[in-house]
Amino acid sequence: MASTETKTVTDAGSVEAGLDALEVAAAGRTPFRQTFTAKILPPVIATVVVLIVWQALISFKIVDDPTKLPSPADVGGEFKRAWVEGTLLGYIWTSVSRGLLGFLFALAIGTPLGLLVARVKFVRAAIGPVLSGLQSLPSVAWVPPAVIWLGLDNSMMYAVILLGAVPSIANGLVSGIDQVPPLFLRAGRTMGATGVRGAWHIVLPAALPGYLAGLKQGWAFSWRSLMAAEIIASSPDLGIGLGALLENGRNASSMSMVFEAIFLILFVGIAIDLLIFSPLERWVLRSRGLLVKS
Amino acid sequence: MATTFAEAAETVEHAARIEHVSKSFATPGGQQLVLDDISLDVAPGEFVTLLGASGCGKSTLLNLVAGLDRPSAGSIATDGRPALMFQEHALFPWLTAGKNIELALRLRGVAKNERRERAERLLELVRLQGSYGKRVHELSGGMRQRVAMARALAQDSQLLLMDEPFAALDAITRDLLHDELTRIWAETGVSVLFVTHNVREAVRLAQRVVLLSSRPGRVAREWRVDIPQPRRIEDAPVAELSLEITEVLRGEIRRHGQH
Repeated sequence: MASTETKTVTDAGSVEAGLDALEVAAAGRTPFRQTFTAKILPPVIATVVVLIVWQALISFKIVDDPTKLPSPADVGGEFKRAWVEGTLLGYIWTSVSRGLLGFLFALAIGTPLGLLVARVKFVRAAIGPVLSGLQSLPSVAWVPPAVIWLGLDNSMMYAVILLGAVPSIANGLVSGIDQVPPLFLRAGRTMGATGVRGAWHIVLPAALPGYLAGLKQGWAFSWRSLMAAEIIASSPDLGIGLGALLENGRNASSMSMVFEAIFLILFVGIAIDLLIFSPLERWVLRSRGLLVKS
Repeated sequence: MATTFAEAAETVEHAARIEHVSKSFATPGGQQLVLDDISLDVAPGEFVTLLGASGCGKSTLLNLVAGLDRPSAGSIATDGRPALMFQEHALFPWLTAGKNIELALRLRGVAKNERRERAERLLELVRLQGSYGKRVHELSGGMRQRVAMARALAQDSQLLLMDEPFAALDAITRDLLHDELTRIWAETGVSVLFVTHNVREAVRLAQRVVLLSSRPGRVAREWRVDIPQPRRIEDAPVAELSLEITEVLRGEIRRHGQH
């Protein structure tokens, strides 16, 4: 079998370079115009439509009772008054600082807890189901016991936030770790990444998308729990956060104040998500090629 | 009864020595024998392909050699920890191409200041210079497998195990990667144990083709391939030997339909 016929072995390198160039699509940045019409314009239009419908309800006297539905101008006036009095930012800061600090505590507790549940079989069997079950328990249920145990102060607020957010964060990490492709673990093991080195170099980075989803949900739960706690447990010692503002509006029968509080709660929740969690998530997914431009 | 990674100081005349290895798995129907008394040596610098139909336990055998699993009986000795390449590229998507290679270097204990340069050199070896900062999803299938090859070579093992690494690629790319693998094998002097179900691929690449029978996997026959490199998959001697091996392979498969 030594017959060597006419060898036409071309330079594989140059063919390969051509093939590489053919198969790799050039990726460019989306122009701002496109981002504007696709991402920014639709929510702006939706907001304007809501405002128009709201104003129409008032103007055409379909709802003719300011204690039920205040006009957009009244609610705007409420915002303006709080701004001029300098209390607006105070309301927001009281709640946001509580929410973020509570969330950081939840992060510090939920992360090791999630790791423990994901990696230790006994712990998973023991508390895994409870942990997922806790996610469906409305955290407002924790407010009465927290008030009884801890009294009407900030520690009670933090307790409610923790009980709301820790299960989400831990569960996010657990499902992130569960979804690590076995192929990565095998590849890691053949490279010598076992034990702690395997966890650090392979498991944790691979679980990051699931963990981030858990953080996002954890923040939403933190915020919701905190608002519930602020509405139910108001006390002069606690300062006026957004939840207390809503409760004050109800007590004063001022619907425009209630609307102001609801808008602020919604606005802060969306803003934190848009400013912190969404960019983080997008960055992680994009760097892994998991974010498909539609 | 276990896979042992021999010390480097020891004089080893085999890159891998597989002796009377059997492997069975527990199934609902009882113990299922997957590999039955396999003995196979890979000499240093040798290129061996393991060929067989579905159910011959090729991948199981490779896992055993890689130390990912233990044999039920027999022993496997390799010169150091073998590197393993899969059908899927198995590159880590959170790292760039270059950092994937550097991770292998780091886990092997290469000093931090040397890693970058070594990674660049390995990328050059697989003709991907300039792709250091590319993300995995920005590379084509063939490029990913070449990065995976560079990462496997970064482990600097004497033995490279390849589990159908080109099976998922298109024919044009696969052809080119055959050329690349042959070149890299000649340049680095690494021993290769290559698993495939593609007869022509086996003959195109190997110095020795080992045919496994199926259920359980046994060494059915061996062929030495004396066709000089560089070969092409279209070469007449390659086709001729492939035909001969295919006949034996089909005979092995046919036995399973008869009962």
